[in-house]
Order: sequence, then structure tokens, then C-alpha cells
Amino acid sequence: MLRFKDLSFRYKIPLRATFLVLITAVTLTSANVAREYDQLRNDLFANAESLGSVLALTLVTPLLHDDLWRAYEIIGMPVRHEPQAALGAEWLLVLDGEGRVYASTRPREHPVGVSGSEVGGSVARLLADYDLPALHASQAVELADASEFHLLMPIRFDGVYLGTLVLAYPKSIFVPRFHSIVVRGALVTLLVLAVLLPMSWYWGRRMADPLVQLADCMSRVGERIPQMSECRLYESRDEVGRAGTQLKLMLAALREKEALEQQIIASERLAAIGRITAGIAHEINNPLGGMLNAISTYKRHGQPEHATARTLPLLERGLLQIKETVAALLVEARLKSHPLTTQDLEDLNTLLQPHLSRRQVRVLWEGGIAGELALPSTQVRQILLNLLLNAVQAAEAGSEVVCGIECAGSVLRCRVSNRGEAIPAERLNQLFEPFVGAAGEGNGLGLWVTYQLVQQLGGSIEVYSNAMEGTVVTVILPLEEGA
Amino acid sequence: MHRRAFVLALAAFGTSRWARAADVLNGFELRIGLTPVFLDDQAAFLNRWRIYLSERSGLRVSFVQRSSYREIAEQISGQALDVAWLCGYPYVMAQERLNVLAVPLHLGRPEYHSYLIVGADDAATAGFEDLAGKVFAFSDPNSFSGSLYPRFLLHRMGRSPEQFFRRSFFTWSHRKVVEAVASGLADGGAVAGYVWETLARIHPEITVATRVLARSPAYGFPPFVARAGLPREVAMALQQVFFGMRADGEGARLLETLNLDGFVPGDFSMYQPIRDMVRMVEGR
Repeated sequence: MLRFKDLSFRYKIPLRATFLVLITAVTLTSANVAREYDQLRNDLFANAESLGSVLALTLVTPLLHDDLWRAYEIIGMPVRHEPQAALGAEWLLVLDGEGRVYASTRPREHPVGVSGSEVGGSVARLLADYDLPALHASQAVELADASEFHLLMPIRFDGVYLGTLVLAYPKSIFVPRFHSIVVRGALVTLLVLAVLLPMSWYWGRRMADPLVQLADCMSRVGERIPQMSECRLYESRDEVGRAGTQLKLMLAALREKEALEQQIIASERLAAIGRITAGIAHEINNPLGGMLNAISTYKRHGQPEHATARTLPLLERGLLQIKETVAALLVEARLKSHPLTTQDLEDLNTLLQPHLSRRQVRVLWEGGIAGELALPSTQVRQILLNLLLNAVQAAEAGSEVVCGIECAGSVLRCRVSNRGEAIPAERLNQLFEPFVGAAGEGNGLGLWVTYQLVQQLGGSIEVYSNAMEGTVVTVILPLEEGA
Repeated sequence: MHRRAFVLALAAFGTSRWARAADVLNGFELRIGLTPVFLDDQAAFLNRWRIYLSERSGLRVSFVQRSSYREIAEQISGQALDVAWLCGYPYVMAQERLNVLAVPLHLGRPEYHSYLIVGADDAATAGFEDLAGKVFAFSDPNSFSGSLYPRFLLHRMGRSPEQFFRRSFFTWSHRKVVEAVASGLADGGAVAGYVWETLARIHPEITVATRVLARSPAYGFPPFVARAGLPREVAMALQQVFFGMRADGEGARLLETLNLDGFVPGDFSMYQPIRDMVRMVEGR
């Protein structure tokens, strides 16, 4: 069941406008009808009075001479010859001085010579209600439950009362007039509606559209926060405009909060992973050290037979590989190293060269550092090397990898960017987790190690990737204080 | 009868006498008075009839219409009119000063009846006696069929109109008596049978609302009468035109409109019964 209050403003506003137009039309038409009724009634009685006074004068002679037929012909004239559309009398009646019917245009209803009080209908009531011989001027009578208006016109000659002329007009005489007024009113209303309806629908839509947009935009806020480009909001300083502006601010705040939450979740995850891997690595490292010592001792002092001599190196290589992996997982910043210098960056460039020529990629260095920076060079070199190797790996053949380094205040900002296929959004979230990299792209520990190193240095790392601009990794490292 | 012989003698005039008569006739202004003994409310028809009478008689005929019999009767008695179409009643009252010129034929006879009519919806009234206490319409006080005859009936019953009826009135015209009864203004009325029959032909919507309650015996049809002093040549010329009407085309058409069959000579004896009735009812 659709209720009016559930309707969209798009329809509500025009519907209300239509309703208002209808109310106005009905009110105006009613006022017109009422005015017309008064006018008609006045016209009717004015007409009746002028007709009645002429007839009363004309009737004097027939009444004096007792010429019934002449009186009958005189009162019959207006009934017979008035056009039907005019305010014609329904019937006329002459009562003589004693209140008896003298002549009537309806002789069957008002028989000649019968007392008026014995005649049916309104005549008897008129006689009962009015003292006719005392009447000196015409009297308009509107009996409540009679179907006619009456006009009583005394017939006097030389001051002597001869009788009374009664003119009866049907109340329904107004019906055709009212009908035409109502029809005219309805036509005008339709015309006005024809003009106003499209206008009100147009204005209604114009008023409702900003609200509808606002409501649409708000209804999209749910599992995810809509981008500003998805919401077309009405710009203005009115209430709707202000609500829109406020919504934009709220959405921006929501988006910020969401990003922050995701960041927290990601770093907590990475921290948890870090703790687990560190624990496992320690557990593996202890027996591993023992096993490697045992093999080394056995190689040095034992007399291995042929098959054993062939197997032991295999075991040793395998265990060493495990040790390397575990060592990689256990990113320890225990190594002491000298402060970072320009030389370190040049070393990096040298280290990269073989990879560059293989992939036909160039590295463009931007910025740089002056003198020594209070940062451990080994870790920073490791971080940059990992990032640059990844960038070179991902770059399109023949393109450039840009490495921007700048020292801004108390931080070192490193920015490594490459053109090429964007990293899919679902991978971005787990980018720094170990063993996540696609097969054939190394052991998947590069970024994990990088992340761990950045974390140990108290810095931050951000990845931004899209198809247009490629992938940009920004690392911010705070300089060590007091160094 | 001597008058009829005189008329025949006039018809036998020689050509020499005719020439002299033509002199008299030429330019003679003949005033004919008309009363509502017939449907006198047809102006175009009256004009046609007047032209016809003038052309055929060589007289300059003019019609004088009055609404009451009495005015016409007085005027012709006072020589202000030459000829009049009068009811038999006023004629017999002034017959010593008037000569019957021509009597119309209705349904082939120079006679008519008085009709007593009531409303068509009034089935209860079976005879004149039943109209006691009702409203009654007479035509003209000096009409035989519309006044004298019903008063004669009342006289026979030993009653007067004032006693017998609740109310009675004159309409001064036969046609209006029919209208008064048809509209219900009067419960009954007296009317010339000739007028009622003619109305039934041309305005049946009026007569259909009435019913003929009783017909009187036949009485002399209202005659055309000439004042006593009217020159014989003039009277004769007019008689020839009246008598010849049914024999020529235009005359026959006029007669058709009048619902008459022609004109014949007549005399006082045809109206003697009316004279007797006046004496009986009015004592004069």
C-alpha cells in the first residue's frame, strides 16, 4: 500500500500544487455561484415587481367590471409569451378581495371562485402567513419548503383593495444558470490546470531533485563510502545545498577514518606475522646451528664412506638454504653500520647495473644527500636495493625507474616509481606479507624484509599504484637523534 | 317570401337597367360589420375576402370589426354600417330595420347548433344539469348559441345563471369559450357549433381538450343582413357575389377557409324560433 507520505518529493510537490489549484478553483467557482445566486434572485424579484406592478394596474378594470375572461387573458400573457430561457413566471394568480381565486393561469389547480385557503400548495400558506388586504407594496416571499418564489402584488384602485396578484417563479429557474457557471468554472479550472500543472511539475522537480540527489548519495553509504564523483550534489547556499556540503565533509571524514582503520589493521597483521616468524625462526635456528656444526665436525674428523660423502654436502646445502631463509625472515638490525653517505647510493647504482642491462631499463636519480646522514647505511641500502630491484622487475622494457631522494627537515624521503602494470587492489593489502609474491618473482621476502627494516628504523612505507601513473613506493625514515 | 321574389326580380334586370345600376355601384363605399360569429381573427384571410367582394361587386368594400355583437348591431341599426354578419339573436331584436341579405350554408344547410361543451377529462358530467355549482363560460351576451340558448335551458329548469352556476362569465367570443373550457378555467361553456367544428378542423389541439356535452336543435345560421335603406342595386350586387361564391375558384377557396358551403337567400321566418325564444326567456 503506497501512502502519500512515502511518495517521492518529485510527485509530492506537483501533487500538492495541483491540490492547491483545485481548491482555489472550487472556492472561486463557489463564490461565483453564490454571487450569481444573489444577483439572479435580485433580478428575479426586480423583474417580477415591474411585471407585477404593470399587471396590477391592468387588472384594475377587469376586476372593477368583473370581467373574468379579461383578467385571465391579462395574467396569461407573461406565461404564454415569455421565452422559456428568460426569468419567466411559473404561474400567476389573482385573488379577489375576499381571498377567493379570481383567475389563475393554472385554473385546474386553482379553480375559479374557490377560497385561496382551500387551494392546495403554497397559496393557502401565503394566505395564512400574510394579511393581504393590509399589504401596500409588493412583497417577495421565499417559503422554505416550497418549490417556488412568490411575489405578492396588491391590486388597488383609488386606495380601495381589489385583490392580490400572486406571481410564482420556480426555484429551479436558477439551475440552468448555475449549471452554465459551474461548467464555465470547470473549463477555466481545466485551462489553469493545463498551464499550471506542467509548471508545477517542472518546479516540483527542480525543488525535489537536489533532495533526491542528496538522499541517493546518503543511501549509498553502507559497506563502503561512495567517492565524491559518484554523488552529484546540488551546489548552493540554501538548506539543501548546506546539507550537501555537510554530507561531503562527513563523507571525507568517514573515508579518512576508514583508511586509518585499514592501515592499523594491516600494520597489526604485519606485526603479528613478524612475531610469529621471528618465533619460528628462532626455534628453527637453534637446531639448525647444531645440525650444521655436526655436519662440519663430521666432515672434518669423520671418515665418511663414499655414499655418505656424497650426501653430506647435499644436506649441508639444504640446511644452509634454510638458514638463509630464516635469516632473511629474522630481519635483525643488530648489525652496526656507518652513517649513510652519497657513496652508498653510488654503490647501489653499481649493484643495479647487471639487472638494468638485462631488462633495458634506466634508473633516473633525483635529488640526493649531502654529507653524512644519521641513518644506518646497511639497512637503508638494503631497503633501497629491494625497492629498486622490484621497480626494475615491474617496469616496462625501455622505460625509466625514478628514484627520488631528499632530506626534508628531520626525515629522509625516498620515492621509487616505475611505469607499468598496476598492482591489483586485492594484492596491495597483503603486499608486505612474506611469501605472498607471485611464483617466479623471487622468494617473496623482499618487501617483507623492506617493511621490517623500515619498521625497525621507525619509518613508514606507502605504496600507491594505478594504471596511469604506474607504481610509486614512498619511504620516510626519521633521522636518528643525537647522531 | 316577398323578399325572395324581389331578389329574383332583381336578378332578371335588363341590360339598360344594369348600366344605370353600375353607375350607382361605381365607387359606392360599402361598410360590412363583422362579429365573432365566425373565426374573425384571420387578418390575411379577411383582406383576401374583402378584395374578392370588392372586385366581384364593383363596390369599395371595407370591413368593420368589433368585439361585441351589440356594437355592430347598434351601428347597423343607426345606419353607420351597410351590411353586417350578425347572430340571429340581435337580428331578430332589430329585424324591422334590417333585411336578410344572405344566409351561409354549413354542412349543406342554412342552420347551426348551439354546443354545450365540457372539458375532455370531465367524464362525470352527463348533462347540462350536472353543471350546477360549476364555472360556466358564455360567449357574447347577445349571442344565440353562446348565451340565449343556455339561458333558455336554465329558464326551462326555472333557474337563473347566477343561481345555477358557482360563477359564470363572458369571453365575448366563441373561440375563447372553447379556450376557457380547454384550459380548465370554466367547467362548461356554450359555443356556436359551427365555430367549434371549424376550430376542430384548423386548431384541433384546442378542441381536443373539450367534449361536446349536448347539441341544440337546428336554428337559423347567423345571416348577413343589410340596413333597411341600402340601395337595392348595391344589395343585389352583393347578393350576386355571395350566391356565386361557390361557383368560382377564389370564392370556393374562401368558403373552404370559412368552412362554409355557400350562401343562399333567406328571410325572417328562418329566425322566428329564435324570436320566440327571446320572448320566452327575456319576456320582450
